[in-house]
Amino acid sequence: MDWFNEFPHMNDESLRQLKLSIDNAFRTFTRNYGDFIEGLFTPLAKFLIWAERLMTQTQWPIILIAIVAIAWFASRSLKVVVGTMVTLLLIGYFDMWMDAMRTISMIFVCTVISIVVGLPIGIAMSRSDRLQKIVSPVLDVMQTMPSFVYLIPVVMLLGIGRVPGLIAVVIYALPPMIRLTDLGIRLVDRDVLEAADAFGSSRWQKLKNIQLPLALPTIMAGINQTIMMALAMVVIASMIGVQGLGQPVLKAIANQYFTLGIFNGLAIVGIAIIFDRVSQAYGERLQKHREIVHG
Amino acid sequence: MADNNFDGIKIRNLYKIFGPEAQVHVEAVKKGRTKTELNERFGHVLGLKDINLDMPSGNIQVIMGLSGSGKSTLIRHINRLIDPTAGEVLVNGVDVVKMNESELREFRRHQTAMVFQKFALLPHRCVLDNTLFGLDVQGVSRSHSIDVAMRWIERVGLKGFEEKYPNQLSGGMQQRVGLARALANDAPVLLMDEAYSALDPLIRTDMQTVLLDIQKEIKKTIVFITHDLDEALRLGDKIAILRDGEVIQQGTSQDIVLRPADDYIANFVREVNRGRVIHVDAVMQPVSAGQPVNGATVLAGSSIEDAIKIIAREDHKDLVVIDPAGVPLGTVDLKRLASAAVSLH
Ligand SMILES: Nc1ncnc2c1ncn2[C@@H]1O[C@H](COP(=O)(O)OP(=O)(O)OP(=O)(O)O)[C@@H](O)[C@H]1O
Ligand SMILES: [Mg+2]
Repeated sequence: MDWFNEFPHMNDESLRQLKLSIDNAFRTFTRNYGDFIEGLFTPLAKFLIWAERLMTQTQWPIILIAIVAIAWFASRSLKVVVGTMVTLLLIGYFDMWMDAMRTISMIFVCTVISIVVGLPIGIAMSRSDRLQKIVSPVLDVMQTMPSFVYLIPVVMLLGIGRVPGLIAVVIYALPPMIRLTDLGIRLVDRDVLEAADAFGSSRWQKLKNIQLPLALPTIMAGINQTIMMALAMVVIASMIGVQGLGQPVLKAIANQYFTLGIFNGLAIVGIAIIFDRVSQAYGERLQKHREIVHG
Repeated sequence: MADNNFDGIKIRNLYKIFGPEAQVHVEAVKKGRTKTELNERFGHVLGLKDINLDMPSGNIQVIMGLSGSGKSTLIRHINRLIDPTAGEVLVNGVDVVKMNESELREFRRHQTAMVFQKFALLPHRCVLDNTLFGLDVQGVSRSHSIDVAMRWIERVGLKGFEEKYPNQLSGGMQQRVGLARALANDAPVLLMDEAYSALDPLIRTDMQTVLLDIQKEIKKTIVFITHDLDEALRLGDKIAILRDGEVIQQGTSQDIVLRPADDYIANFVREVNRGRVIHVDAVMQPVSAGQPVNGATVLAGSSIEDAIKIIAREDHKDLVVIDPAGVPLGTVDLKRLASAAVSLH
């Protein structure tokens, strides 16, 4: 009755061997291709460093004005603009400006990459049910796998630093972008698509004139989600050397600095709310033409 | 703008079966397998069966039938939004069925334009940009397409609304945009799938007038779908009646009203105002040419109602029907007119 009380598992030795051989294989792969792969990511690293320099080396009043201006043009809402300004001033006043700028530059780069990678995948997925069936479970894995787990191979391949952090964040933040692009395009009114066909649109014309514009509100929701998820990863990514607001939080956990943790935590929340409100207000403004419905 | 050398549309032995193995069943259907049998035993839907139609250039061909009779399916074969299972669709002598993807695209861009029952406007584009959509797809320069679009916007009575979005317009106005969008293409074929069915009666009559007025200038080959007999009789130079995917009668409005092919059509026809539909020439007593004209006259092509009005007003017992040149064609008296108007079937 042994098998009943204890799950009959693979014998310890084989299991150990299995793990060991996978580890070794991956390590060999890393040793052989690590540099090559790192080379592939140099443009990313450059982009990241450029963004970080821009945010941290520009004088704070300029950055403040720029962010507030963006908030205004995107949302056209006084409430959002005032909220943005107050949040940023508070962050600066409590001496978290530099870290906040690093985090914002990181989020910005992650979002850009997620859009560049996610949009084409989402479009391709919306056109093929088979591709959707293949990609969908992969996205599930990306979203549910504890983020610490995929930090391991990333770190083994690329070491500790910004780029591995970036990749970890993008893996985590990408799925909503892909999913909502796919969904948005699939939800486009079939009658309008038929009209586009009837007038002789090519596939590209249909995508450009009909599908993307009509899916845009949904895609914007995807971008918003992506930003939120990227922010949520900031603390975890700081474990592998991403600088910004995550690092003080990490330090606070290790040393039980309650106030330090709370301050930086709140700063992350503040930035999240700014991004969220601004991008949502922008998304809503994009679909103004839907609101005014004739009675 | 009339296309004198456009050869119209000819549909030959067209079959459409919906289902995964349509090709397998088409032979059986040709040999007499019925729609019901196909559906119940094989799970396929017979959409169209052996359709043969000639639509001459410059005419309005109405296709009429009840819901589910296959009207939308048929009209979508003309620009091949639906692929047939068998048969030919000749537009200006070219078989649409045989076109490859890029030929079909060019054909749709330049030879056809379509107006839809649910308008199918682009919600994110204003009236102007909706109207020039077809030209935009063709790659026409923006400034030229704006000129063309503005002209049609004005022509359908939407001047001043160019900047509005579809959602800011009433249904009638939206369909004017739909019409302007189609007309801006200046294609020889205009396909209208229940274009006016979603509009309320007054606006619908209005839009019919707009279409008839415009057609006098442009002389396109128009395929107009409707389930409303009054609309069919008003617009159609020729009418084809569809039931369960088959054409059961085709002809002019006079043919349909005076000689319904079966009870199904007779039923339809019973409700129409015959006095307004039937022409005097259809009921007149022919006279030999050259006979002198005396008394009151009525122009050939006038309705019975018009003729009765003349009799009532001018106190004549009978009227001479004349052609536009004034040549007498026949005579009608009140009894003839009255019995045609109330139908003795
Ligand atoms: N893709 C399809 N698959 C299966 N059956 C279809 C398909 N499209 C149409 N049908 C069937 O073909 C028949 C004709 O449909 P169609 O839409 O042409 O009718 P209609 O005359 O336009 O009706 P309505 O007045 O409601 O628009 C219907 O029985 C419909 O169920
Ligand atoms: Mg229909």
